[in-house]
Amino acid sequence: MDSRSGIENSPDIESNFNTSSRRSVSSIHLKASHENSIRESSLSHSGSKPVRYGSRGADLEAFSVSQKEINEDDARLVYVNDPVKTNENFEYAGNSIQTGKYSVFTFLPKNLFEQFHRVAYIYFLVIAVLNQLPQLAVFGRGASILPLAFVLLVTAIKDAYEDYRRHRSDRIENNRLAWVLVNDQFQQKKWKEIQVGDIVKVHANETLPCDIVLLSTSDPTGVAYVQTINLDGESNLKTRYAKQETLLKVPEKDGISGLIKCEKPSRNIYGFQANTEVDGKRLSLGPSNIVLRGCELKNTSWALGVAVYAGRETKVMLNSSGAPSKRSWLEIRMNAEIIKLSIFLIALCAIVSVLAAIWLKHHNDELDYMPFYRRKDFSDADGKVDNYNYYGWGVEIVLTFLMSVIVFQIMIPISLYISMELVRAGQAYFMIQDTEMFDEASHSRFQCRALNINEDLGQIKYVFSDKTGTLTENKMEFQCASIWGVDYSGGKASSQNELGGYSVKVDGKVLSPKMKVKVDLDLLRLARSGQNTEEGKHVQNFFLALAACNTIVPLVIDTSDPNVKLIDYQGESPDEQALVYAAAAYGFMLIERTSGHIVIDVQGERQRFSVLGLHEFDSDRKRMSVILGCPDKNVILFVKGADTTMFSVTNKTLNMNIIRATEEHLHAYSSLGLRTLVVGARELSASEFEQWQSSFEAASTAIIGRAASLRKVASNVENNLCLLGASGIEDKLQKGVPEAIESLRTAGIKVWVLTGDKQETAISIGYSSKLLTSEMKQIIINSNSKESCRKKLDESLVTVSGLSHGSGVSSGAGVRPVALIIDGTSLVYILDSELEEQINYLELQLFQLAKKCSVVLCCRVAPLQKAGIVALVKSRSPDMTLAIGDGANDVSMIQMADVGVGISGQEGRQAVMASDFAMGQFRFLVPLLLVHGHWNYQRMGYMILYNFYRNAVFVLILFWYVLYTCFTLTTAINEWSSVLYSVIYTSLPTIVLAILDKDLSRRTLLKYPQLYGAGHRQECYNSKLFWLTMMDTFWQSVAVFFIPLLAYWKSTIDVSSIGDLWTLAIVILVNTHLAMDVIRWNWVIHAAIWGSIFATFICVIVIDAIPSLRYYWAIFHVAGTGIFWLCLLLIIIAALVPRLVVKFLYQYYNPSDVQIAREFEKFRIPRESEAGQIEMNPRDDPPLR
Amino acid sequence: MKGGSASSGGTDAPSNSSSSSRTKKPKYSKFTQQELPACKPILTPGYVIMIFTAVGVIFIPVGLFSLFASESVVEIVDRYDIDCVPSNYSSNMLAYIQSTATNKTCTRSLNITKEMKSPVFIYYQLDNFYQNHRRYVKSRSDKQLRSRKYESDTKDCAPEATSKGFPIVPCGLTAWSLFNDTYGFSVKNKALEVSKKNIAWKSDKGHKFGSDVYPKNFQTGELIGGGKLNSSIPLSEQDDLIVWMRTAALPSFRKLYGKIEVDLQVNDQVTVVIQNNYNTYSFGGKKKVVLSTTSWIGGKNDFLGIAYLTVGGLCLFLAISFILVYVAKPRPLGDPTYLSWNRNPAGN
Repeated sequence: MDSRSGIENSPDIESNFNTSSRRSVSSIHLKASHENSIRESSLSHSGSKPVRYGSRGADLEAFSVSQKEINEDDARLVYVNDPVKTNENFEYAGNSIQTGKYSVFTFLPKNLFEQFHRVAYIYFLVIAVLNQLPQLAVFGRGASILPLAFVLLVTAIKDAYEDYRRHRSDRIENNRLAWVLVNDQFQQKKWKEIQVGDIVKVHANETLPCDIVLLSTSDPTGVAYVQTINLDGESNLKTRYAKQETLLKVPEKDGISGLIKCEKPSRNIYGFQANTEVDGKRLSLGPSNIVLRGCELKNTSWALGVAVYAGRETKVMLNSSGAPSKRSWLEIRMNAEIIKLSIFLIALCAIVSVLAAIWLKHHNDELDYMPFYRRKDFSDADGKVDNYNYYGWGVEIVLTFLMSVIVFQIMIPISLYISMELVRAGQAYFMIQDTEMFDEASHSRFQCRALNINEDLGQIKYVFSDKTGTLTENKMEFQCASIWGVDYSGGKASSQNELGGYSVKVDGKVLSPKMKVKVDLDLLRLARSGQNTEEGKHVQNFFLALAACNTIVPLVIDTSDPNVKLIDYQGESPDEQALVYAAAAYGFMLIERTSGHIVIDVQGERQRFSVLGLHEFDSDRKRMSVILGCPDKNVILFVKGADTTMFSVTNKTLNMNIIRATEEHLHAYSSLGLRTLVVGARELSASEFEQWQSSFEAASTAIIGRAASLRKVASNVENNLCLLGASGIEDKLQKGVPEAIESLRTAGIKVWVLTGDKQETAISIGYSSKLLTSEMKQIIINSNSKESCRKKLDESLVTVSGLSHGSGVSSGAGVRPVALIIDGTSLVYILDSELEEQINYLELQLFQLAKKCSVVLCCRVAPLQKAGIVALVKSRSPDMTLAIGDGANDVSMIQMADVGVGISGQEGRQAVMASDFAMGQFRFLVPLLLVHGHWNYQRMGYMILYNFYRNAVFVLILFWYVLYTCFTLTTAINEWSSVLYSVIYTSLPTIVLAILDKDLSRRTLLKYPQLYGAGHRQECYNSKLFWLTMMDTFWQSVAVFFIPLLAYWKSTIDVSSIGDLWTLAIVILVNTHLAMDVIRWNWVIHAAIWGSIFATFICVIVIDAIPSLRYYWAIFHVAGTGIFWLCLLLIIIAALVPRLVVKFLYQYYNPSDVQIAREFEKFRIPRESEAGQIEMNPRDDPPLR
Repeated sequence: MKGGSASSGGTDAPSNSSSSSRTKKPKYSKFTQQELPACKPILTPGYVIMIFTAVGVIFIPVGLFSLFASESVVEIVDRYDIDCVPSNYSSNMLAYIQSTATNKTCTRSLNITKEMKSPVFIYYQLDNFYQNHRRYVKSRSDKQLRSRKYESDTKDCAPEATSKGFPIVPCGLTAWSLFNDTYGFSVKNKALEVSKKNIAWKSDKGHKFGSDVYPKNFQTGELIGGGKLNSSIPLSEQDDLIVWMRTAALPSFRKLYGKIEVDLQVNDQVTVVIQNNYNTYSFGGKKKVVLSTTSWIGGKNDFLGIAYLTVGGLCLFLAISFILVYVAKPRPLGDPTYLSWNRNPAGN
């Protein structure tokens, strides 16, 4: 049904969908049930030239393009070069984008609507509305709305600013220019004016304005190279193809027309299906024919395409939603206390109502004429006597209840919500500004992408880490090789003195590889000696295989010196890149790759090999192969792959010794933590080649089961190989990783490593990163069935519990730490969710086991399994989890964990986009958790408790006064002070403190990672602290209220004066209370606390200086008396004495670790010299600083 | 909640991130690195003992001074609301006080137990009178009191806003219930002059009560709540009203009635002639007349002195017990053996 085009267009040039397969040729793709579930045939078809750069992804779900007809209803019809017709029937989005949420007109309603999603705000709105009823108006109308309005305003301003920034970037984006075909001429048009159906021309290094289907490119074969860094962060080049049929058309002259029927816009950036009719022929289009908005065209001077999706319907925009919002544990926990406070509030209101009811009942007869109640209203001109503002006993009680809710409303601290946001923003600022979390190498700062889980960083119990790129640098480096049974890893020579060795002169210009590789001099000599010796021949074959058997695209880059050019090897797999760089260093430099051939410079001599066939890597075969037509007309098959599958296809009869030697070397390499690959080759006879070619062609044109038949063809030809050798590639550990892991472990954080690598590599990385130590008992689970899994788990559980119980509880020091190593296959059985009962049992067993282990290493796991493991821990334990990773395969895990951290490293930005925090290096996790996490947790915990206290003490004072006003909700504290209390009088110090206070210095926290345990033990926020705080609150309110009451009993004091006394007393008290808990007094904190008290005095004076208010001049009268100041002093001291006593006794006789460390920090006990006796577990080398 | 906005839109985010990755290293400053110079006080036993001792040492003398000051105040309180009702009305005091026909004059004799230096302040004390009741507090118009312009601004004054359709000045329950008992004092048949000067706050007279506002329609309704006002005197000169309008904070309160500018000698018998007009009988309120001198602490109130002594004593006691406890069971500060991971190595 498809035409036989000359150039093949495989649908899946880049399989970035699954990075674990991409990362390493040797890594295995687990066939978990969720993967490759749909495996329909791909639409790609081979042409006459049997070259394919990628059949590998054919079996990946994302690339499988269904052959089935696109449903008419779901289809989008695009008339090529006819945007008018395209857009007349259907409303396709234009290309202007709008990421801004609001416009000038919609801002107010939309923003308010969004803000009122918070229950707390609705509560305050209801109260403000209640207060508007004349019968209930406790506060003045303005005063009651003010706090809510203030909070809404602050948030609105923040939202407006963010939205303004988005609008600005939208505007810039929308006004960029692109070349569009208008009336058979390319004209520049603004991006926003591009419509679906337009033909767009993009030049080299330009960004694509919308998603386009390629029509033709500057390359005669229709290839376009694109960089998708803005999309998925991959910096390597990807190839896209124009269809053969459209390739030769020149739109200016020929006037292209046609109809593209494609699927509705979707978020899948790796999937696209469409078909088109060109000149009466129907063509299928797949993901390799579409270039997405945001990509950059590289290495191709121009490309031409039809816009199919524009604006918000482009895939990049559909994918632009942020990370799912997470809520911090502390905030969830806080809600429990908010409920307690609500109950408390209702209780207070109930008490007031009941007492009011009793009072009213008791004085019912007197109410009519009582001078301060006067139920009867005689003022009616007709002489009719009505009740004034009295609706009967029952209604009065209900009204009293509602009024008391209004008066006591700040029991639920509204200001806390806004404070928490400000504090988190402040904390984020300091985390970003931390110079020790700045990565010099990549010039990347720490990024706070989620602003609401800062404090969770202080309570992390489990860290799930990816290995490649996270623990390691993901910069593969060729280390050693075993060729023909000989190990070349001994003599190490630096690359520096051999610089000239592997540059090549082409047309008078010097070409050299971009990356230098350390070379082994022996090997280099052998490689140069060439065909003269047997050894040299094998070495040459080996390196030829490395240079040829890959999918690397060499790119020539200009340097400042016009005669020197660099070759940059672009490819999907860093392993392949490392191998090609290594081959180049040894004189086998890959110079050019075109559709049908490659050019390799062999020791200064350019040789052209035609690439007759290429079998991509797939997860079943775990190897790839290439069939080369050599200059001497021989046809050679080179295969490279994982040892497990390679040895089964080598010809064992040939040279057993070599195989055995290679196996030994491989073992040695992997125990060094090197990634190994085995290379083999076989010469194909003419008949063999013929046979292969026909079957390959048949397989690649097959419509159904193409991937499977291609795999079969590959398997058929990949046998009887002659073993050439094996390579060892080092995946270097990042700087500071072992120290970081040790710090985390000492801090009581369990580090789990989840990797796609094989077990040996994982274990060796485990050792080199100090995750595993020799004294650990290793439990390895490699099971192939559910039953054996269950058995193994049960056994291990018994072993582990035996270990811990055997040594007894008292002398627990002797317990051997246990490391659990489990592979993906076993996890498939354990996490398999088909049988309900079974999973629960196995999962539970695994969790029980893992809980007891200090280290868990999961190897060969698929991305979704990673998320599954995180989910397992998250669902079964209340502990906080953190996932850290760098690649697309970590995204699911990062989003699943309580805190997701992305490493902005080699693998691009997908992990970063999904993460809550992003940073450059794994080791920054230590300052992030131990320092900032600890601080943030302590600060936030204290701030929440303090805010509860601050508001409750105020409410209680109001409550006490109500008891002396016939339960009628009069407030002595004037309404303006009530409003300003949580806005001006007391808000700033707590915010400043929560941003700036530090319980311990960075140095101490890093030196004693155990101090992190404060977060695990929930030392800064727990029920006990809450109740203690509330008891303290109760006492303090009693002191504040009753001291003036008794001092002024039977005196001439008036409401305003005593109200001012109470106002000042509370404000000074709560600020002094806060001051008592300040750990580090710097000038900002001084300014905030004393400034707030000063500001309160000013405010009270200003309020009392307004003659139209009844409080006029009260403060001046009352402050002129000695009794006022005596009361104030007595209140502060009497209120704080119990707290001081309890705090002191607690700190002195039951000191927390943090307390001891603080003392240690301050006094620097001379005992340090005799620390030999007292084990402080000091870290030998604090990793930072 | 904020996750979405933090990571903003797609086209925005990549450009942002790429620009941020190009930005240079965060600038080092003590502020941004949270390394501002700071003092870090710790509650050491020394400090705590010092604090408590200091509080004790300061508070006990202050307490003693206050107590002495309070003791030096001479205060004579006489409750007259029941005794001033003739015995034939004692079962129906309400009828007595509401009747216009009854003789409201009542003579009381107060014995001066201690010399009272001038000025001697005369207060009336009302108990169980909730001047802070919500309905009462709200029922007034401060605007109307200040300026003639707002004479008819009586919207908050119900149920004493208008009388026969005309606005009452001063309106509201507060003014309506103006205290109207009067006292006349004499010693040895010599009348003592009661000075009403400066009994009200100057600030109130000057700015809150208008000099152009005259009482109108006051106490002309069905129910008379209390005192009447001379409608030819502006509100700013009506000191009794101004005092009354400063509503009391607590249900037992005193209000300044006047001053006696002569000394009262020990064993002087002060005769008080009371016009017992004010109705507290309807709700069980009490009326007292109070003669009192004053000191720097105000009136007679031992509470502050006792409280200061108690708190001071308690702090001293705490200081001493802390010293004892410290001697008995000291803990070296910053001793690493107390760290949790050193106390029980297994419990990690």
